[in-house]
Amino acid sequence: MDLTLTDEQELIRDSVARLLAKRSGPEQVRAAEATGFDPELWGALVAVGLPAMALPEDVGGGGSTLAGLGIAVEACGAALASAPVVEVAVAGRALARHGRAEEAARVAAGAVVVVAPRPAADGVATLVPGAGAAEGAVVLHRGHLVLAPHDPGAPVPRALSALGAADVAVDHDLVVLAAEPDAEAAHTRLADEWRSLTAAWLVGLAQHSLDLAVRYATERHQFGVPIGSFQALQHRMADRATDVEGARLLARKALWALDGGEPEAAAHPAMAFARAAEVAQRTASDALHVHGGYGFMEEYDVQLAFRRAKAVRLLVGDPHDDLAAVTDRCFGPVGAPLPDAASVVLGPVDPARRPARPGPRAWTSASPRRWRPSGPRPGPSWAATSPTR
Amino acid sequence: MEAFRSEARAFLGRHVTDEVIETAHRTGTVHDWGLHRAMAAEGWISAGWPAEWGGQGRSPLEMNALTEEMYLSGAPVDGLGVATLVAHTLLHEGTEWQKGEIIPRILSGEVLVCLGYSEPDAGSDVAACATRAVRDGDEWVVNGQKMFTTLAHESQYVFLLTRTDTEAAKHKGLTMFVVPMDTPGIGVTPVPTMGGERTNITWYDDVRVPDRYRVGEVDGGWKVMMTALVFERNSAWYGEAVRLLAHGLRWARSTGRIDEPSVRERLARAAIGNEVANLLGWRAAWLASTGALPGVEGTMAKLATTEHYQRVADDLMDVLGAEGLRRHGEPGAAADGWIEATYRHCQVTTIYGGTSEVLRGIIAERALGLPRGRA
Repeated sequence: MDLTLTDEQELIRDSVARLLAKRSGPEQVRAAEATGFDPELWGALVAVGLPAMALPEDVGGGGSTLAGLGIAVEACGAALASAPVVEVAVAGRALARHGRAEEAARVAAGAVVVVAPRPAADGVATLVPGAGAAEGAVVLHRGHLVLAPHDPGAPVPRALSALGAADVAVDHDLVVLAAEPDAEAAHTRLADEWRSLTAAWLVGLAQHSLDLAVRYATERHQFGVPIGSFQALQHRMADRATDVEGARLLARKALWALDGGEPEAAAHPAMAFARAAEVAQRTASDALHVHGGYGFMEEYDVQLAFRRAKAVRLLVGDPHDDLAAVTDRCFGPVGAPLPDAASVVLGPVDPARRPARPGPRAWTSASPRRWRPSGPRPGPSWAATSPTR
Repeated sequence: MEAFRSEARAFLGRHVTDEVIETAHRTGTVHDWGLHRAMAAEGWISAGWPAEWGGQGRSPLEMNALTEEMYLSGAPVDGLGVATLVAHTLLHEGTEWQKGEIIPRILSGEVLVCLGYSEPDAGSDVAACATRAVRDGDEWVVNGQKMFTTLAHESQYVFLLTRTDTEAAKHKGLTMFVVPMDTPGIGVTPVPTMGGERTNITWYDDVRVPDRYRVGEVDGGWKVMMTALVFERNSAWYGEAVRLLAHGLRWARSTGRIDEPSVRERLARAAIGNEVANLLGWRAAWLASTGALPGVEGTMAKLATTEHYQRVADDLMDVLGAEGLRRHGEPGAAADGWIEATYRHCQVTTIYGGTSEVLRGIIAERALGLPRGRA
């Protein structure tokens, strides 16, 4: 039950962070704001195998766990990387899972195909993250999970452009990945992967915001002293630092649970997203406030994080709905309460308290495993495709 | 690990009876000698200690699991918690004689130790301690008053912070002792609290303490204190919050209120925060298992968990409404009055063991590297 990173995960984190320091600095992030997609950055990420890191090896992926990918995604969030790494990784995995080896291989080779975490309505999947640069999107549409083609040149709405979110019309040349009645569970799986990885991305964003605030508070002097020496400011940042640590551990646990088919896979993706989204928004907001009037200026970097924190949070809807999803998954849906013993949140990890659940949650397995996000299932090393080799 | 946890759960299931829980609630003494001695007899108290201490060499992670199970069972374990943290501190800072004399008595369940840190004018500023210890040959003469000496009325020793140098900087003139409570001159006055727990004022009137009860160097009490505080904050705080959620959930299901969106949202917040508390606590325990003293990590865990615990108790009181005000044992009490009792109790958790403000200061300076704070 190791809550720290393995040597391999530290290698991933450090090499991705080095790449992003060169390719996703504040100026590059600003330059890509109109589309939310930086083709040069994308090329560099594809070259080191990052978007394909958690795709199966037989389609040309790196075979890594989601937990391993989450470490890299956290670094992407910290760099506000203008690249749909999460959406493409989840789409590629879904294509491979549903037998579309050819399309999955294209994704592994660098094609941009994304996922819509919300179902389509009236033939349109709206504001699909990363879709602005995508040639296709995996969408839940009229009870079917489909791959819908998209024109990557279509304009992106301005408000969310930093995320490359765009509408995808689901009306021609659809490839069915899963039909009724399995499509809904298939989409839930995909949305849970998106939520858990996006939670990791938001943790990176929150950490970045906090780092900016700490640096500014150490350098900025008022009343003859660094403002970071004032208790009122220190306590606010200490609370945010504690929030970020908690959100980070929760996101890692959600990814670990999805990797191993643990019972926690039912509730933790929703919990991780709800918490990380709340923490990222609050941390970015406090970090902006610490900067005073300068934080409000476009010239300062903290506003880049602030705007993205709110936008990402809204991509799956009203945050209150996130909490409703957590309750559904922890304690059963409205009108159908489960017995106490069925909830993994009423006690620590224990096999005796982890009944397997049938139905839409069938992906969870009953096999009790200890939580070892880094340990027993590392998969083939992502480092094999890294630029350090 | 899971086998150890299952054994612990089975043991607690046998010994933590409703009567044990009710008695602790009624008397406000969060300790039960019957349970304590049964734990000692079956080796639970010493489980984390190496064989030379009669223990099983269980890892800090296993001991964290045991503590979680104790809280989840509702066991009154404050006495055990404090005695154990003093035993660990003595192992780090005590003399060979103290280790041989006191640690075995703690591990065998024979004695408890209470904490004599706080004073009327020394709370968060604990180094402002004014209780005097003056050397007289091989003995020290102690005079002063301590506040919040919880479980003093059940304890055989007090872990006593004293001032031995009035001229030096305040944290450089402190000395720690572990003093037998039956030493002449020690008085105990009960103090009732809003949470129902009993605490005490203890009085020290020309108490003569042999030098062999001194822990650490003369004027080196601050270092001993820092070690003890790490052990105090690095404990499994989240079990109580899980118990609170279980009470809330049971109430929500039995009344049908669980289908209301406002109730569901509060349960979700409780569940998420509990999981965060769980993970932060486990991380601190994991670091301890590597031999590190998890100062910042334990501090974050204590801060996050206790602040969350209070918010959940407050939220659940709100959804219970007026019926939630009826106390445990009264007819018609919602959730059998346990949420009301928790709401009162939990207010102290952000105060003892370091107030949230002290903890935030530690995180700001040690984790974030911010300049030393000013008010």
